[in-house]
Amino acid sequence: MNSITEKFLHMISDYKEMWNSSYYIREDGGCAGTQSTKNVSLKPIPGGGGLEIKVEPGTKGENIYIPACVTHGNMDDIVHNDFYIGEDADVTIVAGCGVHNDDHEDARHNGIHRFFLAKGAKVRYEEKHVGSGETDGKKIIDPVTDVFLEENAVMQMDTIQIGGVDKTIRRTNAELKKGAKLIIHESILTEHEQTAETEFHVDMQEPDSTVDLVSRSVAKDESYQNYHSVIKGNTRCTGHSECDAILMGNGKVNASPELFAGDIDASLIHEAAIGKIAGEQIIKLRTLGLTEEEAEAKIIEGFLTGYQM
Amino acid sequence: MLTLKDIHWQLPGGEEILKGISFSLEPGKLKVITGPNGSGKTSLAKIIAGLETPTSGTIDMDGTDITGWDITERAKAGIGFAFQQPVSFKGLTVRNLLEIAAGRHLDEDTLCYIFEHVGLCFGEYIDRHMDDKLSGGERKRIEIATVLARDAKYLVFDEPEAGIDLWSFSNLINTFQRLKETGKHAMMVISHQERILEIADEIIVVADGQVRTSGTSDILPQLLADEKGPWCPLRKDV
Repeated sequence: MNSITEKFLHMISDYKEMWNSSYYIREDGGCAGTQSTKNVSLKPIPGGGGLEIKVEPGTKGENIYIPACVTHGNMDDIVHNDFYIGEDADVTIVAGCGVHNDDHEDARHNGIHRFFLAKGAKVRYEEKHVGSGETDGKKIIDPVTDVFLEENAVMQMDTIQIGGVDKTIRRTNAELKKGAKLIIHESILTEHEQTAETEFHVDMQEPDSTVDLVSRSVAKDESYQNYHSVIKGNTRCTGHSECDAILMGNGKVNASPELFAGDIDASLIHEAAIGKIAGEQIIKLRTLGLTEEEAEAKIIEGFLTGYQM
Repeated sequence: MLTLKDIHWQLPGGEEILKGISFSLEPGKLKVITGPNGSGKTSLAKIIAGLETPTSGTIDMDGTDITGWDITERAKAGIGFAFQQPVSFKGLTVRNLLEIAAGRHLDEDTLCYIFEHVGLCFGEYIDRHMDDKLSGGERKRIEIATVLARDAKYLVFDEPEAGIDLWSFSNLINTFQRLKETGKHAMMVISHQERILEIADEIIVVADGQVRTSGTSDILPQLLADEKGPWCPLRKDV
């Protein structure tokens, strides 16, 4: 493992020294370390294209780390990881990504993750994205996440991108069976001329399924963000989509939550609010002793990270 | 001591809101500013906290002219201000706000002590977000708690009773009494509440941007007996 990867591991996970649990560290398309446990197997798909991760039924409290790092330019890393979570298992998956680029060619990581949660399984999924490097070579992260939730399965996704990533297109698709629940909290900060696009498509096919999407965006400088969510409810179900965005400088945000209710018992709500930081918030924090810059930083920090679960 | 001398303030459009107000805040004393709506009371509080700058007049704090100081400088120098309308924050918890106010990590005993003063159980609120999911009364009490956490020498409360329940209000009265008794704090409270007026060391009646009358709480019966208020232009003695 090189020093850039090690630096990223500290930023995107709780890495201090190598984990005791299951892990697979992907570095520039190769493996920089892996370990399976009795209940969690990580098998590379031949050809280096990704992993098949299997969690035994009933596994409780295990953490699975699958960070991916790209540490130089002229790199287009694509990985396909399939997660099979057994019945009634309850695990945490940490899957951050760091892209470093000191070159003039682009560096990109494209993680395609598919989650198959069996009946009653629970997954908490944490995904932190960061970029570093100051050259004109872009840092690009394009994650695709497909989620299939069987009866009463629950998936919580905390995704956060704070700084350094020039371009991202994030696509999340989900299908929910009876009583399944999907909770997604996403936070994205863009600055300079960075762009971020987020697409959520959630299909609730069976009764009593629930989805809650919360997106927090901060668009600074000349950056641009696009949020589009589609929630379809063809049964008795509950759906909520919320996109809040703060604009700073010439930042631009397009938010378009979309709902489709195909059943009289589908209860779907969307909210979207875009605007600059309220002046009264800055004034209040200044009366508590912060400078204007400190107040602004606190408000942004809270806005982006305060709702992570 | 915080001394306001001949404070004038006008809106950008030219309308004069404060027309030469002078008074002082002294440690161990509670001054209550009362008067009709629109008389300039909140403007006065904002001028003390630095949210507005007087058109003329001076503010002296412990021998230093702070008239030109901004909000942050005044807060750091020891002026605390509880807003009439509490501010909501998406993503900041009650703990975040109190620790920003205190400028340090607060242990459970300290948090419990602060919350007691505003009639809340800290365990129930400390990790909640200071957003619209809290009721107006809850946010108001947390607003007051931020000022208490700051432990500033000069405390300015703009209608602290507004929107809070009877029991919390009683707590608040006790809190003002206790703060007074420490002798450390000089307090100014904008209020129309008789129970707050009763505990004042000085009641200052502001009307039309001026001090119309002032005195100890002994003047209260006279103020209350006057149906039109001492500011009413129909009164012969005004």
